[in-house]
Amino acid sequence: MTAVHLGMPAFPSFPEAAEAATTDAQLRRNLRNATHTIRDKRARAVAELSDWAGLRAAAAAIKNRTLRHLDHYLLQLEEAVTKAGGRVHWAIDAADANRIVAELVKATGETHVVKVKSMATQEIGLNEALAAEGITAYETDLAELIVQLGDDRPSHILVPAIHRNRSEIREIFVRAMGRWGRAAPDGLTDRPADLAEAARLHLREKFLSAKVAVSGANFMVAETGTLVVVESEGNGRMCLTLPETLISVVGIEKIVPTWQDLEVYLQLLPRSSTAERMNPYTSTWTGTAEGDGPREFHLVLLDNGRTGALADQVGRQALRCIRCSACLNVCPVYERAGGHAYGSAYPGPIGAILTPQLRGITSALDASLPYASSLCGACYEVCPVAIDIPEVLVHLRERVAETGKGHPAERTAMRAARWVLEDPARLARAQRLATRARRFRPRHLPGPAAAWTDTREVPRIPEESFRDWWRRTQGGGPRAGGGPAGKGGR
Amino acid sequence: MRVALFITCVNDTLYPRTGQATVALLRRLGVDVEFPAQQTCCGQMHYNTGYRRQAEPLVRGFAEAFAGYDAIVAPSGSCAAMVRDVHPRIAGRSMGRVPRDRVAEVVPKVYELSEFLVDVLRVTDVGAYFPHRVTYHPTCHSLRLLRVGDRPLRLLRAVRGLDLVELEGADECCGFGGAFAVKNPAVSAAMCSDKVRHAADTGAEVLCAADNSCLMHIGGTLERQRAGVRTLHLAEILASTQDDPHGSGWADGERSPA
Ligand code: SF4
Repeated sequence: MTAVHLGMPAFPSFPEAAEAATTDAQLRRNLRNATHTIRDKRARAVAELSDWAGLRAAAAAIKNRTLRHLDHYLLQLEEAVTKAGGRVHWAIDAADANRIVAELVKATGETHVVKVKSMATQEIGLNEALAAEGITAYETDLAELIVQLGDDRPSHILVPAIHRNRSEIREIFVRAMGRWGRAAPDGLTDRPADLAEAARLHLREKFLSAKVAVSGANFMVAETGTLVVVESEGNGRMCLTLPETLISVVGIEKIVPTWQDLEVYLQLLPRSSTAERMNPYTSTWTGTAEGDGPREFHLVLLDNGRTGALADQVGRQALRCIRCSACLNVCPVYERAGGHAYGSAYPGPIGAILTPQLRGITSALDASLPYASSLCGACYEVCPVAIDIPEVLVHLRERVAETGKGHPAERTAMRAARWVLEDPARLARAQRLATRARRFRPRHLPGPAAAWTDTREVPRIPEESFRDWWRRTQGGGPRAGGGPAGKGGR
Repeated sequence: MRVALFITCVNDTLYPRTGQATVALLRRLGVDVEFPAQQTCCGQMHYNTGYRRQAEPLVRGFAEAFAGYDAIVAPSGSCAAMVRDVHPRIAGRSMGRVPRDRVAEVVPKVYELSEFLVDVLRVTDVGAYFPHRVTYHPTCHSLRLLRVGDRPLRLLRAVRGLDLVELEGADECCGFGGAFAVKNPAVSAAMCSDKVRHAADTGAEVLCAADNSCLMHIGGTLERQRAGVRTLHLAEILASTQDDPHGSGWADGERSPA
């Protein structure tokens, strides 16, 4: 099998990329403002619903059951899509999916496609693969457009250009729009309304001329073979309805069995992602319909490492993800490291648990992702499908440590620490040793410990451990009730 | 009621004064607290760094050391959370190496200090006196795993002389995270410098938390930056009284609360 592609060139490792990001003051300001605004709005939107906890539990349960019977629902979906006039293609990995899409586009004789914002196509690097076949893909989501025009990479699931502010966006529009189609109007300002108008004019031309569209989907309803895209701008709906051919690339885990199940997620997703009660556009389509919408519909079902993740009892919960990005917006590490540091289409906490599972932990970058968290638990708290991200992170750390990707020195240190901590007598001896060296309080430590002393003082070693103090004083004099000091300990 | 103190290895080795304060406080409230000498460490460092198998003997050891007590009190939100949240999981996946039933017996008896005071002893006014301006950092595991809520704040509000000021962005992680501070030092330091700035902005003399590992990180940064704020464990504030504001009756060691 070819290596699983997740759509981005790799940085050497998360800590290195993150360190560079922490020194970029502009980036940190952009990220801080954006994430804190969305974060607070989300909290208010969620607080409006009295049964949020119940919805969240239902959402987790439905996805769990669906994933347990994924084989069944996928076949049901295939049958329903086929019956409704669509064609289903199965893609084992990114290369497979890219080849299928390229062939489908070529069969139409077109060299241009318009795209609906989609994580799956970013994951497989579809735009680059199509370009290699002489096909140009135009992103039509406003933020994706900014990223594409800026020759940049997305850094957030929902707000791919979150790392850009509006003056940077204006510059990108002025510089690059002409190269891709209709140029930016003269005298473009950085007022949001002007920027939106420039994008509208630029994109309108694309919508009206495109014959082929490529999309992803937020959900697929197995019982009827219906695909669902939720969005805010309406650009997605243009792509889904105007062109003659529609090709949708969707991860196999995006299935829900019934419309009744879908209802649960349509309540959770907008509140979690954009803090809206309901998203402005929810488009659904079932195969093809005579005289309305695309005449040809292809569904490319993408595995790309998902079956492997499904086999892992702890890790599989990551496949419940509905890509709302709430976990990114509350993550203190994402806020400082930025999305690019995660080195895949999936940034933030979900990326830290999804990427190593889909792509494996063979590279230094992917082996560093499970450690890209302080385990503060903010992500788990907001996740609408209750993915225990800290639990999966620790589980993946175990995999890194076990497969020899971890540090040999770390393994030795952990073993030594366990040996000391296993036995109270050994612990007491180690504490007394430390006490004897207490006069020596270095300001700078060598080796990996330098990471601590670069910005912090080391704690002082006390004259006596608690354990020794208790033994000496029986817990420091009179016991409760005024009686004599008792025997302390057992 | 037989009550045991689970000191935690960090407090035992580096912050004995927090343990002394906890003992003094509990005794003042009429609790005859014991220190089971067999105890060592909850295994959090091993587990969180990816060495679950190395944590197994420590989990087993915890269940043995604390068997038979009615309540086990820990002056550390993070270690209490490790026991309550993770020990049953480790036992469950240990293929019998860690006896599940013994773990299941002790786990519900574990309380973080503020939980024990408010829920078991049913006190919020512990008779403490601490005439200083204090701000409180909730620490992630107390907040999100144990869900101690406002218990520490209720305790602090009842302390005579104490001026409690709100910390901006209180519920944000300080960036410690054990191995995280060493594996991702730049992000960890960036998180802490925001925490430290917010602490300094309050004008408080003392930043208080119920977890010395977070305080070691925050305090180490405050000290390096000479920010003029010092860190103190909740237990040490609650142990201070009008008669003994410096804790000279219950502690030796250098870190004086007043
Ligand atoms: S992991 Fe949860 S919070 Fe994060 S994007 Fe997925 S569904 Fe949203």
